Amino acid sequence: MIDLENVAYSYGGGELLSEISLKLAPGSFHFLTGPSGAGKTTLMKLCYGALLPTAGHVRLFGADVRGLNRDDIAVIRRRVGVVHQDVQFLDHLSLTDNIALPLTVSGRHAEAAGGDLGELMSWVGLTNRADALPPELSGGERQRAALARAVIMSPDVVLADEPTGNIDWEMSQRLLRLLIELNKMGKTVLIATHDLSLIRATKTHVQARVLRIANRRIQLAGADL
Amino acid sequence: MKGLRAAIVNLLAGDRHADRVVPPSGFTAQLTLFAAGAMAFLAVFALALSLAAGRLAERWGDELARSATIRIVAPQEQRAAQTDAALRILDTTAGVASARALSNEEQQALLAPWFGNDLALDSLPVPRLIEVIEDRTGFDAAGLRLRLAAEVPGAVLDDHSRWRAPLVEAAGRLRLLGWVSIVLITAAVAAMITLAAHAALAANAQVIRVLRLVGATDDYIALAFIRRFTLRALSGAAAGTVIGMLAVLFLPQASDAGGFLTGLGFRGAHWLLPLLIPLLAGAVAFAATRAAARRTLGELS
Repeated sequence: MIDLENVAYSYGGGELLSEISLKLAPGSFHFLTGPSGAGKTTLMKLCYGALLPTAGHVRLFGADVRGLNRDDIAVIRRRVGVVHQDVQFLDHLSLTDNIALPLTVSGRHAEAAGGDLGELMSWVGLTNRADALPPELSGGERQRAALARAVIMSPDVVLADEPTGNIDWEMSQRLLRLLIELNKMGKTVLIATHDLSLIRATKTHVQARVLRIANRRIQLAGADL
Repeated sequence: MKGLRAAIVNLLAGDRHADRVVPPSGFTAQLTLFAAGAMAFLAVFALALSLAAGRLAERWGDELARSATIRIVAPQEQRAAQTDAALRILDTTAGVASARALSNEEQQALLAPWFGNDLALDSLPVPRLIEVIEDRTGFDAAGLRLRLAAEVPGAVLDDHSRWRAPLVEAAGRLRLLGWVSIVLITAAVAAMITLAAHAALAANAQVIRVLRLVGATDDYIALAFIRRFTLRALSGAAAGTVIGMLAVLFLPQASDAGGFLTGLGFRGAHWLLPLLIPLLAGAVAFAATRAAARRTLGELS
């Protein structure tokens, strides 16, 4: 599904990641941990084609990203839902329109106005905020909205980069439950976090693999909770 | 080429969902509307100038080229005989449609602006003038000069070419100036729309990042901006063109007293030509925004 083979990434003359090999199999659940600045976000971006490796190979659904142009990557990205810590929305559109944005840009306008969207809003508990503009939302609401937007295209993979970084514990547990539900629906989930309590909280619900980045490399690949 | 065709089709088809993903922008919208309107207004005048200059060049080139003047500069007692001799020669000259000597009254009228209406022609050594009108084929000026020199020593042929040429050239230059103005106006529209599109794209870098994150292709993002700027340029130019045409319509009517200035305007089917200006502005906006969007999207990757 997503396959990194001996990947390195350099920026500004320094190597941020080196000899990274990682396979995200269908239906798997992964945590990516490591200290701040270790390269978690960089690795996440490599996983959805936002960055290209300086060495090695990144294959998204079998296609090497080096052979793809921007539009090819954009189309592949519709199969990967992404949630960032600093969630970005279009502030002039309502929450509903923002969540439906992936459908809109892929020409599926009818679905954007359909009942599935209502169900999704209900699933993330934002039905009563449908018409709100993004600046009016709390941190937790923004994160849940980002998750809804990430999964509206029914992607095969969900990548969440520090999804609980800006929200309280209760809200982060709620978000985690949603991600676990997605995994139980068969989606592959990769969460980058430095919050070990989040990883421990997952233990009772799902079999997750923890990957730790330190000194530019994945050091604890394969360690199960 | 395929991408261009798809962009044009999508532009014409429209996509209100795509249009909404780009936030409404304030000053770039007004700037584009104003620039397109003002430039279309100026383009209407440049077009009118060019067409009027073209008509003038044709008239001077055509009418004056078909007439000539012969001056009979001879002593008073020989003037009538030489005039008759010259008319006889003209009568047998190929390419001359008609020739006639101007009457005393006509010559007096020609000189009235300088000498007044009471001028006694007989008291002055004023040459007799013969007006020559050519037919379509025209006459051989060099051959006629030789014949006149042999038979009418006091005759001087003036085929107007000496002073007609600079006039025709000036009118031609004026016409060229009009077209150059239209080209410059078009380039200025392209430059302004490029700047406005760049500003809009730079101001919406965050929007572009979000759209890319959710899987929007560059063509989709570019089209949202292209449609906006093309429609603005089209509507601004349409308004400017209508105002410009009304202004030309209400210019003073052509008259001999007003000369060239009152002849500035459109005649007949030429009134349809300004209607192409909004289409040209739309096409320029389409190309300028498309190029700006492609460049900016490439830089933002």
